[in-house]
Amino acid sequence: MYEPLTWTLVGLSLAAMVFAIVLAALDRRINWTLLGVLGVIEVGLLAQLVVGIVQLAGTSRDVSGPFFVGYLIGALLVLPLGALWALAESSRWGAGALAVACLVVPVLELRMHEIWVA
Amino acid sequence: MTDAAATRHGPGRILILVYGVFALAATARAAVQIATQFDRAPIAYLLSAVAAVIYCLATFALAKATNLSRRVATVAIVVELVGVVGIGAFSYAVPEDFPDATVWSHFGQGYGFVPLVLPILGLLWLRRTA
Repeated sequence: MYEPLTWTLVGLSLAAMVFAIVLAALDRRINWTLLGVLGVIEVGLLAQLVVGIVQLAGTSRDVSGPFFVGYLIGALLVLPLGALWALAESSRWGAGALAVACLVVPVLELRMHEIWVA
Repeated sequence: MTDAAATRHGPGRILILVYGVFALAATARAAVQIATQFDRAPIAYLLSAVAAVIYCLATFALAKATNLSRRVATVAIVVELVGVVGIGAFSYAVPEDFPDATVWSHFGQGYGFVPLVLPILGLLWLRRTA
């Protein structure tokens, strides 16, 4: 795995989570700035999917391919689905739900990292 | 908005999102396990598949938030709670049948014990929004 990308995605996702928690605390709805950050994270996750599959094909490590690719794809799905779900809520809990979705990305990244170095 | 719809609003948004994450994770995990290494631990992997179905059912039933779907959700979540406690205990008692961590083995330890807390929160939320 290309580690700088992994840790950048972890950092950005955690930052987005804090942002979403602040919005929820201020009783605000999700705004375009937050969605923009999520868009950047998605681009990173897409790059990670491509890089991850290329590296998986070329590695001699004993990596569980199906699980690894599953996590790569899963990480890509969480934020768009989470954002759609959160946007349908008119209260602060929409931003709260999106904060949780943001936390799922670092968890998946850590799992992916574990699978890769195992 | 009908009363039942309250299930999917407020804190319910977060609850259902977490259910959705587990539905996705459990389904993907069960699919990969059964497709690639079923012979290794058939019982555990079949239970993984059952867990996946329960999570999907609970997620959709909670999100639909009608009087009928709330009843479906209640049943699904009770089964989930029995499952995580039962499989959790069973995986300690007969570890050889559980070489891999499934969602519910060891009370969901591999998932930060969220699988154990989730059904409790789910039932409390259904009660709160009744």
